[in-house]
Amino acid sequence: MYKEIFHLIRKDMLLELRQRYALNGILLYILSTVFVAYLSFGKIVEPATWNALFWIIMLFAAVNAVSKSFVQESAGRQLYYFNLAAPLSIIISKTIYNAMLMVMLSILNLLIFSLLMDHFIQDWWLFGWTIILGAIGFSSLLTMIAAIASRTNNNFSLMAVLSFPIVLPLLLTLMKASRQALEVGSSTGNNAILLVILLLSILPAILSILLFPYLWQD
Amino acid sequence: MQLKKDWWKFLSLLLLAYAIVRGLTIKVPDLPIIYETIRNLFYHVGMWFAMMAVLTVSFIYSLRHLKGFRRADDIVAAEAASVGLMFGLLGIATGMIWAKNTWGAYWVSDPQLNGAAVSILAYLAYFVLRGSLDELHKRGRIAAVYNIFAFVMLIVFIGILPRVAASSLHPSSTNDPGMTVAQMDDRLRTVFYPALLGWILLGIWIVQIRVRIRNMREQLDDILANES
Repeated sequence: MYKEIFHLIRKDMLLELRQRYALNGILLYILSTVFVAYLSFGKIVEPATWNALFWIIMLFAAVNAVSKSFVQESAGRQLYYFNLAAPLSIIISKTIYNAMLMVMLSILNLLIFSLLMDHFIQDWWLFGWTIILGAIGFSSLLTMIAAIASRTNNNFSLMAVLSFPIVLPLLLTLMKASRQALEVGSSTGNNAILLVILLLSILPAILSILLFPYLWQD
Repeated sequence: MQLKKDWWKFLSLLLLAYAIVRGLTIKVPDLPIIYETIRNLFYHVGMWFAMMAVLTVSFIYSLRHLKGFRRADDIVAAEAASVGLMFGLLGIATGMIWAKNTWGAYWVSDPQLNGAAVSILAYLAYFVLRGSLDELHKRGRIAAVYNIFAFVMLIVFIGILPRVAASSLHPSSTNDPGMTVAQMDDRLRTVFYPALLGWILLGIWIVQIRVRIRNMREQLDDILANES
């Protein structure tokens, strides 16, 4: 099982590296949305605005990046995996892979943000954990929604419609945690909010492990 | 209707008649800002309880559908979700009228309101998802998966949101969720609890009727299809 998951993750990475356009597309997506935000806001002076913008761009980039998880490969190849691997290995490997992708996207997002609009981060430890846990949360939630959306005909619009209401609790908690990381001296209760984020990331992962086998069978 | 089997339907009608008559005639405590609008408590809050009740029904039948893939379970899940959506919209409408008269605006930024809006969005998405799947078998299975996923996340959302948001205008979320009930006037309570039960039973009754209509329509379609 571990071996299976490892090989599936490796397969996804190789695939990503061989067809660069998908990865490049997402990187360019982040670059251009941040640039649009930069041009329309000018200089951001409010940490609150910075925070909201950062996470909204992160959300859209995440939805975009994850939505292709189950559609980039042909139906024939999906059937091949179906015969080859257990459904659990597939959802777990996709979730882990997407979580790694999300961490990368968050760091890139932060880099471009600090380059163009400066950053207000005071508490790097808290912000770092928020990004990592947020990546896991986004990945476990959105991977499952991508699996649901991939079973329909209009994958891309449904992905946004299905995921936004469900991703909101996580997004708001992440925003609150990173808000604390932006303000000086408000570090009380840090661990409590990180625990809430952890709970919100683990819960969808458990649900998708339980529910994915029902999606996979056809 | 038979009294033995359908006693809860009579109970629902009785409780709601009681809630309407007594809710409008009872002497209410003279609270600032709220005054007489407190009577909306019996109707507005009832909408949310009925919505949560029928959405729980939808959740349970989605689980059952995944267990046996029976079409009947899927129909109940879908109809319960649509009744839940209707109660949600009514809850927002009654809440907006109340908000306009007490807080001064139809829509205010408030965790409860946002939670309600998000729940409605999630169940609208559920119906969009159903609509985009043609094959009955596949539709039932995938919609059930989303229903379960969304319901659990929404319950977490409703539990977490008041604690994440800075403040709420709703009295219940400032401290523990039971505060309003604990502080509520005894006179109000004699109407409040029966009204809640009445609305919940009414919601389940509507679901039952809608399921029956849907089943009949499908049988009719089958008969027509066989004749032609």
